[in-house]
Amino acid sequence: MAKRQSPQTGLSRREFIRDAGGLVIGFSMLDAALAPQLLAQSAASTMPGAVPPSPAKLESWLHILPDGGVQIFTGKLEIGMGVDTAFTQIVAEELDVSPSRVKFVLGDTATTTDQGGVGGSTSISLGSRPLRNVSAAARAALVQRASQQLGVPVDQLQVTDGVISGRTDASKRVTYGELAAAIAAEHDLKVSGAGFALNVEGTAKPKDPSTYTVVGTSVPRVDMTPKILGVYQYITDVRVPGMLHGRMIRPAGVGATLVSVDESAATTISGYVKTVVEKNFVGVVCETEWAAVKAAKTVKVTWSAPLQAFPEQKDLYSYMRTAKPKSTRQIPKTGDVDAALTTAAKKIEARYDTPFQSHATMGPGCGVADVRTDGITTVWSGGQKPHALQKGYAQLLGVATDRVRVVWMQDAGSYGRPGFEDAGADAVLLSKAVGKPVRVQWMRHDMTAWGAKGPACVYDLTAAIDAQGNVTGVRFVSRAFSGGEILYLPDAAGNYLGAQLAGIKNTTGVDEFAEWSGAAPPYRFPSLDASAHVLAGFHEVASPLRSTHLRDPEGPATSFAVESFIDELAAAAGIDPLELRLKHIEEPRAKAALTAAAEKAGWDKRVSPKKNTTGDVVTGRGIALGTRNGTYVGTIAEVQVNRKTGEVKVTRLVCSHDCGLIINPDALKSTIAANLVQSLGRTMKEEVLFDRSNVTSVDWSTYRVARAADVPPAVDIVLINRPDLPPGGAGEPSSRPTAAAIANAVFDATGARVRQMPLTPENVKAALSRT
Amino acid sequence: MARTALKINGHQHVVDVDPDCPLLYVLRDTLGLNNPRFGCGLGQCGACTVLIDNRAIRSCILPASRAVGREIVTIEGLATAGGPHPVQRAFIDEQAFQCGYCLNGWVLTAKALLDKTPQPTERQVLSACQSLICRCGSHTRIFAAIKRVSNESSKRA
Repeated sequence: MAKRQSPQTGLSRREFIRDAGGLVIGFSMLDAALAPQLLAQSAASTMPGAVPPSPAKLESWLHILPDGGVQIFTGKLEIGMGVDTAFTQIVAEELDVSPSRVKFVLGDTATTTDQGGVGGSTSISLGSRPLRNVSAAARAALVQRASQQLGVPVDQLQVTDGVISGRTDASKRVTYGELAAAIAAEHDLKVSGAGFALNVEGTAKPKDPSTYTVVGTSVPRVDMTPKILGVYQYITDVRVPGMLHGRMIRPAGVGATLVSVDESAATTISGYVKTVVEKNFVGVVCETEWAAVKAAKTVKVTWSAPLQAFPEQKDLYSYMRTAKPKSTRQIPKTGDVDAALTTAAKKIEARYDTPFQSHATMGPGCGVADVRTDGITTVWSGGQKPHALQKGYAQLLGVATDRVRVVWMQDAGSYGRPGFEDAGADAVLLSKAVGKPVRVQWMRHDMTAWGAKGPACVYDLTAAIDAQGNVTGVRFVSRAFSGGEILYLPDAAGNYLGAQLAGIKNTTGVDEFAEWSGAAPPYRFPSLDASAHVLAGFHEVASPLRSTHLRDPEGPATSFAVESFIDELAAAAGIDPLELRLKHIEEPRAKAALTAAAEKAGWDKRVSPKKNTTGDVVTGRGIALGTRNGTYVGTIAEVQVNRKTGEVKVTRLVCSHDCGLIINPDALKSTIAANLVQSLGRTMKEEVLFDRSNVTSVDWSTYRVARAADVPPAVDIVLINRPDLPPGGAGEPSSRPTAAAIANAVFDATGARVRQMPLTPENVKAALSRT
Repeated sequence: MARTALKINGHQHVVDVDPDCPLLYVLRDTLGLNNPRFGCGLGQCGACTVLIDNRAIRSCILPASRAVGREIVTIEGLATAGGPHPVQRAFIDEQAFQCGYCLNGWVLTAKALLDKTPQPTERQVLSACQSLICRCGSHTRIFAAIKRVSNESSKRA
């Protein structure tokens, strides 16, 4: 391992990385035990004024190490779906080295380029492109150098696991490791795009996918063994010398303001340091975590009465349908829906309602901040966008961006903008106040009740069916809170809950709509009129119902509405629901996804609902299509419904998945299976509860998610590989159609259309009573 | 504060802690054993699970003083010089998790269950796991891992 002592300034980036090598070069099992101490030292070596790595230089992305290892630096992250394993395969493939030689530094603003962090299921589709291209460029440079050194023409050389040798004379050989110094020379790359779309290209062409030997195989995930053996380091495990622990005290409800703080009772707690107060931002700092937990309960804080800013929960959807929209977006109309409705043989109308949902990550958000008195700050965070956090935290501190380094480490899951970002901001504010490093981990209620939410969305759909059973027109109107009230890009101080409580305004929110074109599959109807409204949040400062990105933003909700409605149209037209879909879709991949799922499931082709059912417990099957950014998913649910109790048991899920070229089939299947279970929970159970002033979903009994007994006994996944197409996204698409597939199966079983998520026994019983 | 003797992964530790302090914070903060994880602090999710006398226990609600004189095992104590514990092996073979933050609960609950009932019925597995949470939804792979251990044991039987 490299020596740890480092001068505080004057290091080149190369020296810095070399110096930091052992600490940021992944967490091999050997390193893992040392990692916390190493991380601690990295704080001391943060360089004031460090220039972020330029994407135009090969060495910003890739280093060949003297031992033949390959060190990749990327602004992308691994948040639980095996993306770094897929990257490993892509790099190993292009460089002709074994995957075990490839190590990653992920999301460290001091050493990786800004690739926009992760989001939108784009890590493979967009984020892997520069890695593939720099690997191809590096291989070409290494072979070129070997050719000069060995006196063998390039086309007479071969590479096997990082050893370059003559095809005809194997004694002519040199290793990547031996050429490491040579390749360190800076190669210029052509840069295009920015953020997620950042790409770089060298002159070398990447391999033809038909020659792949590593990409497309089920390489075990690089993080799995360390995690299961207990040697993997999460953000929660960061320890910095002199680090204190913080816990937050939140207002009595939305809009409540601080009246008084009495810390006297807490001062007797062993290890108590301070209660930090800035306007309505209140947090305790202690020497140990337990002391902080106790102190947060002991400090007496008085708040003004909170506002009655929220409607009664039972009135939420009627509020949403009557409130004046903040803004509206109309997609260009096709045909004349009004005319189609006037001449329709049948007019179908339906309203769908979906609740606020919570990220409710397994561990509450955690952040560690070391705000030094010289203005140099390091923040460790599990947030999905480290480079945006760097800007936001710098703004929060009032310092230049380059005075802040954000080091990403995995937190518990993520699923969008979960609140890890806010926990980091809390740590920044507390560390600044006490002048020492502070680790904040939220309590469960901080996460579930006070984290930003996935927005509630309601939909009104109308369709015309002619005498021949053809759908001649569809009108779609959505009303939703904005998926961007809290911007997914957390690059401004006002984005964070703690900052808002401390008096900083949220100025970067955007209106993000629940759009037909965003989540509706590619149906073609003779006429279409689709508009979407965004509603203003209930309160603009630190509302526990403020909304943001939650996994596949608005996708599952819009899909629930549209794909349920398509099913209603099929029933009204007297057509099998799969057949109606195939009739109105042109995209061959969408059709193929539906057909593949139907074949696997043994689709029972007939009109829904099922006829002549008897007894309390009945069964049914439903289908739904999901498309997202070029990925196609067909999901079929089989359910058992108790007509007396309204209880639904999903007995089988079948999911076909086409995301283009598959990098790692087993890791992909694992992610799809997890998406199916998580989205089943969102369909059947998840709903944020609230009263007039507070979110009352505070823990796992008041915010219910999928548990063991909810998991279908059979989950069948059909992978459709398209080696001729570039790889697409898989992090979210299979979350999308689950809700409609289940609701459609409930309709098939019972004839009752459940139009309100979640499909709790109460909501199902209410639908049954209307039938 | 009280001097408290704890036997963890076969080693004796004497720590000076608040007797009410949950075992979780002693393991993590005082002893640097990171694997039991804070999930809820309410005993609702299982992220903080440790084995105490080979029973899966929620360390976030168990006062450290109540663990005195008992055998505490955390996930890092399962593997031996010979390699991963068979239950860990099965979870690795199934590539069972997504983020993995929950895994102490699942792996240690599975171990306690399988030690007692080497070939559990589906109902016994569900019952043992019902109070655990995996927010990512890795359940199908987790059940496959438990099945794998159970099948191995039936081959040996």
